[in-house]
Amino acid sequence: MRNLYAIYRKEMRHYFVSPIAYVVIGAFLFISGYAFNVILRQVIERAFAMEMQSMQFGAPPQFDVPIITMGGFFSFLPTLILIFTPVLTMGIFAEERKRGTMELLMTSPLTELDIVLGKYLAALSVFALMLLPTAGYFVFIFVHSEPAPPWRMLLVAYAAALLIGGALLALGTFISSLTESQIIAAVLTFVAFLFLFLVGFASDSSGTIGAVIHYAAITNHYEDFTKGVIDTSGLIYYFSFIVLFVFLTVRSIDSMRWRRA
Amino acid sequence: MIEVQDLTKAYGAVTAVDHVSFTVNKGEILGFLGPNGAGKTTTMRILTGYMPATSGTAKIAGFDVFGDSMEVRRHIGYLPETPPVYPDMAVEDYLDFVARIKNVPGDKRAARVSEAMRKTNLEDRRAELIKRLSRGYKQRVGIAQALVHDPAVIILDEPTVGLDPKQIIEVRNLIKGLAGDHTIILSTHILPEVSMTCDRVVIINKGKIAAVDTPQNLTSQLKGGQKIRVEVAAPEKALRDALTQVSGTTRVETEPLPANGHLVAIVETAQGDDIRSAIAAKIVQNGWPLFELRGVSLSLEEIFLELTTDDAAHAQASSN
Repeated sequence: MRNLYAIYRKEMRHYFVSPIAYVVIGAFLFISGYAFNVILRQVIERAFAMEMQSMQFGAPPQFDVPIITMGGFFSFLPTLILIFTPVLTMGIFAEERKRGTMELLMTSPLTELDIVLGKYLAALSVFALMLLPTAGYFVFIFVHSEPAPPWRMLLVAYAAALLIGGALLALGTFISSLTESQIIAAVLTFVAFLFLFLVGFASDSSGTIGAVIHYAAITNHYEDFTKGVIDTSGLIYYFSFIVLFVFLTVRSIDSMRWRRA
Repeated sequence: MIEVQDLTKAYGAVTAVDHVSFTVNKGEILGFLGPNGAGKTTTMRILTGYMPATSGTAKIAGFDVFGDSMEVRRHIGYLPETPPVYPDMAVEDYLDFVARIKNVPGDKRAARVSEAMRKTNLEDRRAELIKRLSRGYKQRVGIAQALVHDPAVIILDEPTVGLDPKQIIEVRNLIKGLAGDHTIILSTHILPEVSMTCDRVVIINKGKIAAVDTPQNLTSQLKGGQKIRVEVAAPEKALRDALTQVSGTTRVETEPLPANGHLVAIVETAQGDDIRSAIAAKIVQNGWPLFELRGVSLSLEEIFLELTTDDAAHAQASSN
């Protein structure tokens, strides 16, 4: 696994040497911070309104601000992920092929899996780094709320975000291996993500076809997770998705050997 | 060390490498000479495990290039046509990365990287980003990465392309210095490079091998004889007649030298005959002043052109 680490290390270095990672992370945090702000305000306003109402009518309704804020934010998160992650994966293979360095990697004692996993895990690490500061927002409100909401829910929500991000990054990695152009890779990846999201919206569970689509939709399992429920079928879905696209990427790299120079 | 048998690579209708066979002995430097598109790069890519052959076998250090690809890759250093460098990395970091993926053990890495930089004169550029280096320096980094793990076999695809004459000499000396400990294949279309650095030459054209031999043998044997050049002050016809009379002469060509009014004659003889003294005697016998007499071997240029162009006009031009 030493080789995998060598690739991982090199990829991480490349992310932070070029402006791309900084721009993506910065933009993401800016927008997610703003979104959090907006969501929190709206939830608090509603909480006050409901309290006013309940004072008029008697029974105080349960209105858990932190949990609802969390729900709102994590529902919005996939949209942000959709926009930002194609940029993280677009250059994974496109650059290597353009520079001719694939020839170096493929004539070294490295397996294709070493190469693909090293790059994928680096992309995943950058994604995790991107998400990490948003935890700060929640730490802030959880600490200041009474009673303190279950931290476990927050952890599960972040696990969900990592899973859906991981799945999309795997898809993005695969698409990057198909083309030499970063732009094409980014656009195709974005379109593929968008398609998967829309399928999720359009699905209803009626009938077997509906059930299959419902299972395949990438966002549905995510929603289950954000409610704090760890569903094994969801876990299996995401892991299978990741394994599938990592496998396809390995095959795609291997196929480069058979193409004309 | 390297055995290639009937290697063939076809892309649909085009055969890039056509039943190529050759061997390279341990410690030898083999030159791969051929025009662009002859199949040199394709052959090297097959040897390094980058792409599979359509048929035939190739073995490096006893390991099959396709069946035991991983093992083969541990034993080779490879410089492709374009040096496979990452522009955003510093020279030292890049070489460290290559050392890692070539399985150089952690405790030896720094030493090997330094050694590779020393051999290629990159030490004063060690911290510089590769994108800031000139073409020549980038090429040197490419050579350094092929050496960094001290491989048994080194395969270099046009190693001196883009270098200035001083650097070319340095690289050639470097390559010659590596022979013995390492087995080297280098490809080029620069002919003097082959005669200066290689023990043996494979001439390849359109995917097929045209000749395999040492540079010396090729130059002396191929045209089937010696050429002797004389510079004489004499009337043309008389000189021609006289030289043709010398036994062993197969052909005489003359050319006037406008600068001093002398005549240059090229005398060709059959293989093995040394008729230089006979020619000298004949000229002196006729009372003509003899200014120069020397043997002219067929240059590698001429052999190369001869073997790689079927155009009759070209063959005619190359024999003059």
